[in-house]
Amino acid sequence: MLTILFDGIAYGMLLFVLAVGLAVTMGLMNFINLAHGAFAMAGGYITVLLMQKVGVPFLLCLPLAFLGAAILGGVLERTLYRPMYNKPHLDQVLFSIGLTFMAVSATDYFMGSTQQIIQLPAWLRGRSEFGEGAWLLGMGHYRLFIIAVCAVLTIALQYILTKTRFGSRLRAAVDDQRVAAGLGINVNVVFLSTFAVGSGLAGLGGALGAEVLGLDPTFALKFMIYFLIVVAVGGTSSITGPLLAALLLGVADVAGKYYIPKLGGFIVYSLMIAILIWKPQGLFVRQGGK
Amino acid sequence: MKKRILLQTLAAGFAAALSGGAFAQDTSFKIGLILPMTGPFASTGKQIEAAARLYMAQNGATVGGKKVELIVKDDTSTPDVTKRIAQELLVNDKVNVLAGFGLTPLAFATAPLATQSKTPMVVMAAATSSITQASPYIIRTSFTLPQAAVAIADWAPKNGIKKAVTLVTDFGPGLDAEKFFRDRFMFNGGQVIESIRVPLRNPDFAPFLQKVRDAKPDAVYAFVPSGAGSALMKQFSERGLDKAGIRLIGTGDVTDDDILNGMGDVALGVVTSHHYSAAHPGAVNKKFVEAFTKANAGLRPNFMAVGGYDGMRVIYEAAKVTKGGSGDALLAAMKGQIFESPRGPMFIDAQTRDVVHNIYIRKVEKKDGQLYNVEFDTIKDVKDPGKN
Repeated sequence: MLTILFDGIAYGMLLFVLAVGLAVTMGLMNFINLAHGAFAMAGGYITVLLMQKVGVPFLLCLPLAFLGAAILGGVLERTLYRPMYNKPHLDQVLFSIGLTFMAVSATDYFMGSTQQIIQLPAWLRGRSEFGEGAWLLGMGHYRLFIIAVCAVLTIALQYILTKTRFGSRLRAAVDDQRVAAGLGINVNVVFLSTFAVGSGLAGLGGALGAEVLGLDPTFALKFMIYFLIVVAVGGTSSITGPLLAALLLGVADVAGKYYIPKLGGFIVYSLMIAILIWKPQGLFVRQGGK
Repeated sequence: MKKRILLQTLAAGFAAALSGGAFAQDTSFKIGLILPMTGPFASTGKQIEAAARLYMAQNGATVGGKKVELIVKDDTSTPDVTKRIAQELLVNDKVNVLAGFGLTPLAFATAPLATQSKTPMVVMAAATSSITQASPYIIRTSFTLPQAAVAIADWAPKNGIKKAVTLVTDFGPGLDAEKFFRDRFMFNGGQVIESIRVPLRNPDFAPFLQKVRDAKPDAVYAFVPSGAGSALMKQFSERGLDKAGIRLIGTGDVTDDDILNGMGDVALGVVTSHHYSAAHPGAVNKKFVEAFTKANAGLRPNFMAVGGYDGMRVIYEAAKVTKGGSGDALLAAMKGQIFESPRGPMFIDAQTRDVVHNIYIRKVEKKDGQLYNVEFDTIKDVKDPGKN
């Protein structure tokens, strides 16, 4: 049972890293970026290519995947996304879903449609077990690693958001763009850097997740739903909201598949519907926000 | 004057082109090959197309006095697209035979068209038992899952596996794989303590494998569609199922030749049952693997490729006998063919129109630094147990 909980937390943490960028950009720019998964996929493929073709060690690939996806995100923000900010939501959704389809086909064309496989270093492959019987806790080292990385990231993000000057600018811009701009905050730069970091985090999530979730060209579409659920349930105004939502979904998904395998994929969606009926704005919405 | 000559030449040219066109239609034998060339099952399409082109390169582009025209279409593994494409091929291109069909639902969607147009339909990949019953014009050259499932269910109890958990993907062939394994395994005195079905689009095998682990069986019997095997295999070892003394057995889809090498050493020792392995001994297969690898930049043929290759052979031979015919005559010439395929001896049962071939029990071993399914036991001439 503890093992299931542990796996759920690892899965949730992974979802959080994948989705947090989407939450921030959605809250900040009121822009529904359905192509978020494509950045995650880019991160995953960067890792695969670096490891298979160049022989870069796995640990070094992670920051590179972050950087690669972040640069890609930054460039696209400047060239493609910015003109879309003032367009109606339907245009934005069509634009970003189109981008996703293009990413899927392009990846298919260049990389092939097969599942990509990553060989982890030996020290991440093992598994430790504690306890007995129902309280047996089996921890895959890689999942432990995921949890550690994601925990560090969460704390860092939370710190940046609440304690630094950039964080307060970002929060100001999220709350009211026009007033923030009026106060001399360069909203464009805040947008650009947030978008880039959000994409980078997705890329890192893709790199971390390639081993657990599998990586093929449909990754961008397959996980779009999960990102959207995390954001819808967690709300977009804080880091803790999506974090708790992701953990909840991760644990519910894994436990659901374990205890009621027949229902398999349904659990997550039913949970989402229930939560949204109960709290249409998301679970953790700060009062007084936009 | 000059102008007139030019016009005359042009007109003559047109006439020649037109008659040439009409002429070509009479003398060509058209094969409409519908495959998933994009999307999650694109590797199936790639393998079959490569095999079909290889067969044509080896056997010439004319058969029975007619020029063979291979029309390859991508159905993105969506049933209604398959059906639409089949309709276009039948009506516009007037194909003599339909072929391909990467997944069960795709074959089922097209079956009524084959019946209505009386066009033979050669299924080269889809493996659900009941497909050949969907239309009297369907011929299958791939395999059926019950054939493979029953073979491993016979082998397992003799080799110390008494308690098993089944883990299959929740769609047609998976259910076939589960049912026929369970029935035969229990008939042989084995015990299935849990049957788990995994959604087709499932990102994470972890919870399902944890469930397997906690059930403590002797072995887990797995079926996943071609391509998903690597994720299953990795998590199997990551979860420590191998160390907990649980063996992994399954139909050959799990250790698909196409992706086997990428799985790494975790796949070593996995026992599966299937009709084809790239490591199958014998001159025919050796020649086939060599030619296929050479023509496709080192790609290793898998069971999909051999299904496509043999499918082309069945079509070619039938076209030879009927002098490039179509409809019922062509169908009749396809039934009952017996020949030596890369997989070994193979026979198209005239009654069921389904394939009869050997099923091999194989174990993953390392040969020259590469992983292969090495066959160590043969069950001769297996008919589809799904048809009685």
